[in-house]
Amino acid sequence: MKLSPASLALIAALLASGPATAADYVIDTDKAHASINFRIKHLGFSWLTGRFDKFSGTFSFDPDKPETSKVKVVVDTDSVNSNHAERDKHLRGKEFLDTANFPTATFESTSVKLDGDRATITGNLTLHGVTKEITIGATRVGGGDDPWGGHRDGFSGTTSLPLKDFGINYNLGPAAQEVELALEIEGVRQ
Amino acid sequence: MQVRDTTAGYGMPTRLVHWLMAAAIIGMYVLGLWMVELDYYSPYYRIAPDIHRSVGMILLGLLLVRFAWRLGNAKPSDDELSPVERVIGTIVHWGFYPLLLALMVSGYLMSTADGRPVAVFDWFSVPAIIHDKGMEKTAGEIHELLADVTMVVVLLHAIAALKHHFLDRSRVLTRMWSGPPKDQ
Repeated sequence: MKLSPASLALIAALLASGPATAADYVIDTDKAHASINFRIKHLGFSWLTGRFDKFSGTFSFDPDKPETSKVKVVVDTDSVNSNHAERDKHLRGKEFLDTANFPTATFESTSVKLDGDRATITGNLTLHGVTKEITIGATRVGGGDDPWGGHRDGFSGTTSLPLKDFGINYNLGPAAQEVELALEIEGVRQ
Repeated sequence: MQVRDTTAGYGMPTRLVHWLMAAAIIGMYVLGLWMVELDYYSPYYRIAPDIHRSVGMILLGLLLVRFAWRLGNAKPSDDELSPVERVIGTIVHWGFYPLLLALMVSGYLMSTADGRPVAVFDWFSVPAIIHDKGMEKTAGEIHELLADVTMVVVLLHAIAALKHHFLDRSRVLTRMWSGPPKDQ
């Protein structure tokens, strides 16, 4: 088959248009410029905070069309860290995360809606073997070239999860029915 | 009162520590199984693990003293037992030391993985030696497994003692209770 110069130009334009619209990013867990933090009320008296030390994820993002963005994150539930060894052992146990049976939690977005500077990311979270649709309120913190020749974009997100929705029924008291997540995500453009 | 162990029988310290540790170790197993099932609002939620850790550290100290005492004392003879029983008995008796040591150390490592010391009641606390967050997972699994293994060995040990006592009409059980015969 012989291609005319015009069709070659068209193919070249199509190929070039892919990367130009939405770029793919890898979340910078390698150098820890991202974190998955949680907090839950202790008896209603204070906030107990912790995080998941190990996770990985990717997202696609186009600043001109943010609503086409997608994000997927996989969390190693064993890596739960609330800065107390015995508590973390308890959290890994069958009454909470049951990490032996559910070693990962995953989130995969299904839609992104914009509302001014804020975005609402809807997606499916699988935690403790239960998949539920959740929404994350997100903002873009910033983005641009980093000093080392790469390009980065970063976001902040929050959501709140009723523990019972995910089959975690251990009674921590009426003030501790929900856990709040604070997500700090920086990605390096590939 | 006889203090040191001789080939004729056990002295008072050995007998006392044997039964104290036997009761404590079995009690610790039950306490351990019970305390991890407590709900958050149980009045025992905090005190039960506090007691478990405290008693565990005391048992670790007792184990080391007892091992030194064993090495420094004669062992009452087991001549009346069969050769096979003597071999198995030796394995079980000496096996208890590394087994219990590993059991107690794994518990200690679990509680000190984040660098926090272990409090022994409100008397004193034992500092963390290895600070390795995440270690509590492996240490915890080992602790649970070795606790079960210990109970199996304890059961074997108890069955053997009862067998020697009731079937063989041997003194191996009574000598751990009442020491050497008065006429020796």
